[in-house]
Amino acid sequence: MGFLRKIVASRLAALGLILTVAVAFMAIFAPWLTPFDPAAQDVTQRLIPPFGRTPEGLHLLGTDALGRDVLSRLIIASRISLLVGVAAVIVSGFFGVMLGLIAGYDDQRAGRVIMAVADVQLAVPFLVLALAVAAVLGPSVFNLVVVLGVTNWVQYARVVRAEALTLREREFVQAALALGASTPRILARHLLPNVMSSVIVISSLQVARMILFEASLSFLGLGVPAQIPTWGSMIADGRNYVSSAWWVAAMPGIAIFLTVVGINLLGDRLRDLLDPKLRHMER
Amino acid sequence: MNGAAQPLLEIRDLRKYFRASGSGFFTGEQPPIRAVDGVSLSIERGQTFGLVGESGCGKSTLGRLIARLIEPTSGSIFFEGRDITGLSRSDMREVRRHLQIIFQDPYASLNPRMTVSDIIGEAFEIHGLARGAAKRQEVAKLLDAVGLSRAHIDKYPHEFSGGQRQRIGIARALALKPKLIICDEPVSALDVSIQSQILNLLKDLQREFGLAYLFIAHGLAAVRHISDRIGVMYLGKLVETAPSSEIFTHPAHPYTQALISAIPRPDPDAVRDRIILEGDLPSPAAPPPGCRFHTRCREASRLGTRCMTQEPAWHAAGADHLAACHLVENTGAQ
Repeated sequence: MGFLRKIVASRLAALGLILTVAVAFMAIFAPWLTPFDPAAQDVTQRLIPPFGRTPEGLHLLGTDALGRDVLSRLIIASRISLLVGVAAVIVSGFFGVMLGLIAGYDDQRAGRVIMAVADVQLAVPFLVLALAVAAVLGPSVFNLVVVLGVTNWVQYARVVRAEALTLREREFVQAALALGASTPRILARHLLPNVMSSVIVISSLQVARMILFEASLSFLGLGVPAQIPTWGSMIADGRNYVSSAWWVAAMPGIAIFLTVVGINLLGDRLRDLLDPKLRHMER
Repeated sequence: MNGAAQPLLEIRDLRKYFRASGSGFFTGEQPPIRAVDGVSLSIERGQTFGLVGESGCGKSTLGRLIARLIEPTSGSIFFEGRDITGLSRSDMREVRRHLQIIFQDPYASLNPRMTVSDIIGEAFEIHGLARGAAKRQEVAKLLDAVGLSRAHIDKYPHEFSGGQRQRIGIARALALKPKLIICDEPVSALDVSIQSQILNLLKDLQREFGLAYLFIAHGLAAVRHISDRIGVMYLGKLVETAPSSEIFTHPAHPYTQALISAIPRPDPDAVRDRIILEGDLPSPAAPPPGCRFHTRCREASRLGTRCMTQEPAWHAAGADHLAACHLVENTGAQ
């Protein structure tokens, strides 16, 4: 409870928390929140604008090209988008932080190999790599998480390596070595806690990127199978009607925007709270 | 090397050459930085060896070599008669219980994400000596020993002042009941008013636990009252070693004389023969030929070109007093 109070001590962080909790709530209880069946088509009621009425009722966010309720699809789609975003961040963060720490601590041998692999991977455009992997593995939520996780560890590894390189020379690491600390101990107790604030900030940005990547891949038909709605595939569906029915593409866009802003605000605050020096400062 | 006469620590002809950063495929091999270039010294049990030299002379590198935080290029380190130079990391762990180090910067030497209890108690965890409540009990005892309140046990380093942080660093070094502590300029980052407190603490702990210190400092004034023996280092080499009282009354090497003349004196009317060293410390990648100090030595011209061509050997300048200077050979004990 005390920690929660510290988070909301900052107004921006409180807003971030509200947005994040709202989106999470929406994702978890999606089946009970949808006003209509998100898959029910009615071509006679297609492209109804927001607040439009049909015989079935009020469509708060309108309907799409097949007459499906946009709000209902938005709510159902939040599940996949958040699941993919968060899971991919956890996978890429885990590998990226681990490899980054090793590369920074032992920059002669392991570090050179790891960073060489990272450079090679950065040289291959993400979409090409993701397309290749997705084409081989086939479209599924699990494969999408694997693809995004495997292709995005470099962002973590680079930052973590740079920080580990300087931390390694700090005297508290030297003191731990003088006490006889093992390498795993140095990595886990002395380096990891000191890179976590950067990792949290990167993660909050990466969740946003992952949601967008998922959108791109779904847009290309290589993400989630087409029958499962995601925010990305909803934008893809709506792009043909932007000039006549803007809400079909704009509503999932706004949903992505609010989610990303919420997570970023919360991430900023978490970073501050994890730093003992800033822990007692209130904004 | 046996029996009671055996020193606690002995180093022989220790060298550390750092590969120059400019070396590469296109630039060719640059000459290495000779940070420590053939240093031998020994430290007796319960005694303090003061190691003095200006910034960049290699004194901190020497301290880290002895703690095996960096690997020497050549030479050997004997601890209690045992050659620890080639010991593996796991064999070294046992030696580390008796060989600890205190650092200069009390702000960089404590992990900002760990509490005092974790910082000091880490030693017990690493060596499997105590954990949980027993660990806290030991940490509390150490806080008493270094003059900190037990109430501080769960605080983070940033909540302390520089002097208090240095006390935490000392408690960490003491945790394993070492026989030798390398003190790498432990007071030079502290306020003058705090410096003497920490020096007194170190002296008290020495008496209580029978510690030996290698006390590294950049001025003679800092080591004067704590050292039994003093070594003066210049550009990677020792130039003079003598008992503490001897070196202040009969400094033999011109460099030592210059360092002593730099110590401020409380009497404003005293006539001071202040020796000003001209120029900067030469590059340790290309030390001057002959005597390394000749480029800045005011006596060098007295012996013609000898100081510029011939490296001086060790000469006795008194009882238990050695200096590496051609003048000492000529004049004997001054």
